[in-house]
Amino acid sequence: MADLLAPLQSAMGAWWLPVWTIVKVVVIAVPLIIGVAYLTYAERKVIGWMQVRIGPNRVGPLGLLQPFADTLKMLFKEIVVPSGASRALFFVAPMLSLAPALAAWAVMPFTGTLVLSNINAGLLYLLAMTSLGVYGIILAGWASNSKYAFLGCLRSAAQIVSYEIAMGFALVGVLMAANSLNLSDIVAGQEGGAAYWYIWPLFPLFVVYLVSGIAETNRHPFDVAEGESEIVAGFHVEYSGIGFALFFLAEYMNMIMIAALTSTLFLGGWLAPLPILNEIDVLGYHPFGDGMLWLAVKWAFVLLIFLWIRATFPRYRYDQIMRLGWKVFIPVTLVWIVFIGAMMQTRYAGLFH
Amino acid sequence: MSFQTFTFYAFAAILVFAALRVITTRNPVHAALWLVLSFFTAAGIWLLLQAEFLAIALVLVYVGAVMVLFLFVVMMLDVNFDSLRQHFRSFLPVGTAVGMLVLLEMALVIVGSAVGRTVSAPAAPAGSNTQALGMLLYVDYVYPFEIAAVVLLVAIIAAIALTHRKRREMKHQDPSAQVRVRASERVRLVSMPSEKPPV
Repeated sequence: MADLLAPLQSAMGAWWLPVWTIVKVVVIAVPLIIGVAYLTYAERKVIGWMQVRIGPNRVGPLGLLQPFADTLKMLFKEIVVPSGASRALFFVAPMLSLAPALAAWAVMPFTGTLVLSNINAGLLYLLAMTSLGVYGIILAGWASNSKYAFLGCLRSAAQIVSYEIAMGFALVGVLMAANSLNLSDIVAGQEGGAAYWYIWPLFPLFVVYLVSGIAETNRHPFDVAEGESEIVAGFHVEYSGIGFALFFLAEYMNMIMIAALTSTLFLGGWLAPLPILNEIDVLGYHPFGDGMLWLAVKWAFVLLIFLWIRATFPRYRYDQIMRLGWKVFIPVTLVWIVFIGAMMQTRYAGLFH
Repeated sequence: MSFQTFTFYAFAAILVFAALRVITTRNPVHAALWLVLSFFTAAGIWLLLQAEFLAIALVLVYVGAVMVLFLFVVMMLDVNFDSLRQHFRSFLPVGTAVGMLVLLEMALVIVGSAVGRTVSAPAAPAGSNTQALGMLLYVDYVYPFEIAAVVLLVAIIAAIALTHRKRREMKHQDPSAQVRVRASERVRLVSMPSEKPPV
């Protein structure tokens, strides 16, 4: 591969790095967008089965072309700008919600060597990028010149800012255990099979992280930002066509992001659950060893939990959401961080690394 | 021109333009957004200096949290510009004088320290920037750092204690009590025959 690219590299000189990076970005982003499309399909199917329905089954075999039908439909819908809307911000808002969702993927490691940008402050970068997504929502609510949209955006802003704190503290526990902010190092620290994954010593933080992740992405049961029964559709009530599609894309991309992060930080990333699986040899390859297969399985499992929760629980009331974030999650994470720190000074320190 | 220089000039141009728009735009929400953009580009320039921890902390703290709350407040305020501009003329002399003074002081500092001297960017510390900062904050200067943290904590608690007041006439729901409720407190199951016994 490197030999094949060498002449191209020398021909482009200083511009090689940016061009080659863009190629890599496309290689990550396009499967991601297709993944989003099929996540919506999976969501409708899984929730359908949980409610003893069939789900989409008309477009293509087993309804597999449904996401494309939906996308095409949304692309061809008319964009209606409400009267009195702040035009420029109205159009910028969906992009502002999608851009951080995409940018966060820059530091996500897929295997030990396959990562776009292996930076040392990877975990901090992810925290910073996920905290930017709230701007799209706030601006959409404000620029729409609609009371429902505005209420939705205020709710969402307060919710995201509150849960970010609990989420950040959960990450502090992970970096204490891994001694690193680098995502590849964090996965490397969980080597040795499922018993060594951080989910066990950091179980309370794992639960807090997963639930805060659901709240951060405005997913059910924390989706008061778009609570249909109260404020129609919340912040994106005035959006149609491609604007709505972009919000949708950002939301599902953030879901995949949270699933990917949960698997990377707590479930051992691309590592196989049993070290013995690395020994299985098929024609010189190790199909069941550490690699993308296990990463995909873990992502799918966490995403299934997201859908499962959506099909199971009723929506939280707004004050209960705030109570859960501030009065339950933040104390739990703080206590567990102190506990980890104390245990690391005892002879049980090995359990927490 | 290398790609890095190109990036620097692009970011610097955006930064200066955005900072100018913060003070020239008429809409307070737009001004806050321009400020967000200038923070973000400043973080980009810090990244070029390989100060990745500072850059990310700037985005995380200022863009991700402080400015969100700022926007939150600005959006809900109905700022009346006419009443704000009313006293523009009477404040103009004082404002100009203070502005000129600040400008003069800044010029003195810059001329006195930087003109005629080329300052090379400090060499990046061995290992990661984040690690170097952590060593400084938590090892070398751990006591000043902890004292500063305690002072901040006291300030937070004092601010909350000063502004928080209980209003007796308002009815509050107590979510903790609601969550802890048991079925036996709300529903009484009675056992009774479903129809009249035959006479």
